[in-house]
Amino acid sequence: MEIFVTLIQVFDSTIRLATPLLLACLAGLYSERAGIFDIGLEGKMLMAAFFSAAIAAVTGSVWLGLLAGIGSSLILSGLHGLASITFRGNQLISGVAINFLASGLTVLIAQSWFKQGGRTPSLFGGGRFESAEFPYAIGPEDAELSGKPVSELMSDTNSFHMVYSELLSGHSILVYVAFLMVPLTWWILYRTRFGLRLRAVGENPAAVDTAGVSVVGLRFAAVAICGVLCGIAGAYLATALQAGFVKEMTAGRGFIALAALIFAKWRPWHAMWACLLFGLLQAIALRFQNIDLGGVVIPVQAMDALPYILTVVILAGFVGKAVPPRAGGEPYVKER
Amino acid sequence: MDKMPKWADVVLIPLISLILAAILSALVILAIGENPFEAVNLMVTGALGSTYGWGYTLYYATNFMFTGLAVAVAFHARLFNIGGEGQAMLGGLGVAIVCLYIDWPHWSIALLAACAASMLFGAAWAAIPAYLQAKRGSHIVITTIMFNFIAAAFLNYMLVNVMRPQGSQDPATARFPEAVHLPTFQSMFSTAENAVFKGAPANISFFVAILACFVVWALIWRTRLGYEIRAYGHSETGAVYAGISPVRITIVAMLISGALAGLMATNNVMGEAERLVLNSTEGAGFIGIAVALMGRSHPFGVFVAALLFGFLYQGGAELALWTTIPRELIVVIQALVILFTGALDNMVRMPLEKLFLGLRKGAE
Repeated sequence: MEIFVTLIQVFDSTIRLATPLLLACLAGLYSERAGIFDIGLEGKMLMAAFFSAAIAAVTGSVWLGLLAGIGSSLILSGLHGLASITFRGNQLISGVAINFLASGLTVLIAQSWFKQGGRTPSLFGGGRFESAEFPYAIGPEDAELSGKPVSELMSDTNSFHMVYSELLSGHSILVYVAFLMVPLTWWILYRTRFGLRLRAVGENPAAVDTAGVSVVGLRFAAVAICGVLCGIAGAYLATALQAGFVKEMTAGRGFIALAALIFAKWRPWHAMWACLLFGLLQAIALRFQNIDLGGVVIPVQAMDALPYILTVVILAGFVGKAVPPRAGGEPYVKER
Repeated sequence: MDKMPKWADVVLIPLISLILAAILSALVILAIGENPFEAVNLMVTGALGSTYGWGYTLYYATNFMFTGLAVAVAFHARLFNIGGEGQAMLGGLGVAIVCLYIDWPHWSIALLAACAASMLFGAAWAAIPAYLQAKRGSHIVITTIMFNFIAAAFLNYMLVNVMRPQGSQDPATARFPEAVHLPTFQSMFSTAENAVFKGAPANISFFVAILACFVVWALIWRTRLGYEIRAYGHSETGAVYAGISPVRITIVAMLISGALAGLMATNNVMGEAERLVLNSTEGAGFIGIAVALMGRSHPFGVFVAALLFGFLYQGGAELALWTTIPRELIVVIQALVILFTGALDNMVRMPLEKLFLGLRKGAE
């Protein structure tokens, strides 16, 4: 039972940690499926994390914060689109620039607005996303009524009820949004006309152009969707997972999401499993420092590096081959 | 027919991009309620107003020359090496091993050995992404990003679990012995009555960096290998037709690039810190991207751009000291330089090309 409780708690934190990865990963999926490489996921998330926390702290409304986060992320997306679609610049260099821009601007503005060493004030009450309690799930309210801590109530109940209360219930609404985005993305990509065109523009933009559909329009649409999803991811980090913005709080999550995207070979359902796997690695690294497996000690740094190592192995094509969208990274030039 | 004279391509476009980046940076400073002219004034006095300031400016510039050259060499083969950061970290590990575990009679021999070790370690860290790009077609940008993170975790492990002296809480190696301390500008240029560069970290590896600029110039423009690298960068199919092996060029260019990034450790690890600490590179690997873009991948351009960024770095530190503007302003400026000289290059280029075409037609 002890092990079971621990396991459930690790899975619970896996879901929380996988959520920002999943949102960013799906964001990258739209963009890269349309042929626009995006290594600026990290920067967009960071920018959104700051603006969502800042606006939520000032107005006291987390929903306004979310909007501000999405807006700021969209602006960076627009910049990426301008550089890589309109001016046909190098998409990778543009992504690098966006990461640095976010990393510098967030601290600069945070210092100028709040003067707390590059962070926002801590969020509380309406400034944070609260956890959604399912009916019949054990939550803080039950604990208050019975006068016992939640953990005690959990261990008293049967395992099914525990999984329901701990694992499924009690997350912030953005977690459910993230996981609902997976089937939605699948449906959009594979069952709608927009999705077909989006995939086509990433494989063969000339064909899409010949069919009379605007390549530029489609790519901007994809980049905009990417911006919205990165915005939600950043807002989740600062207003749900944690209570406020701190400097560099994305901590490489944008790159792990990128790794997950490659790991999933640019497919939505696989993206979810990849993000859950990488979320699990983070959850384990967070809970146990060095893991002792019968004499062999796995250092915590190995857990940190594992997502990246796995991605390199996948990229190397030793375990299945990851083939990116064919027109990815190349600006489209209409024939003259 | 060229659309523009060469001087416009080499000087005018970077200059206009730089001015655009400067204007935007000034707006940012204005927006956070500070005076941009005062800020520039402070930066100039802080970075260039004393030999102490110059000592820091040249120290930073040394770092950026190495990483800028690293990115530039890869650019010539049309490879984008974002992994300079990780390669420089590993270079630091090489330097630390050489300095800590071997008894050196004199710093000059130790410097030669440290150069060799840092190049070897940096090149080794670039070798796997290079091989994967050349042989398996994995995108070099993604693999080098991943290798930056792996390098950080690996170095963290080495410093915390292996190389940390007993009883020390600090995740860092022991101090290097006195014999391998490099001469600083202070000891090199001070006279008995006139002490200059006092307390500044600039050291002899500045001259190693200048030497590296010359070697890279000679390599790219004066050797067969350099010709092959440039040919491959211009056109892969053309290069293959001329009998140049893409696999060989990709791997060799990346090894040189990684070795140059690794060399940076002679400056920051051996010359300044005199021990290996966590995050010793401080993002210099990424600044190399901005430096290479601004310097148009030419060693002389890299030299000038590295000096500029050295000035920005030291000036930014002074700003953070005397005003409420945090050091992160430099990161914003760096981002804007990368944006304008790299990603938005066409935004400046297209109108200029039109202008020059118009001028030429008018002259005919």
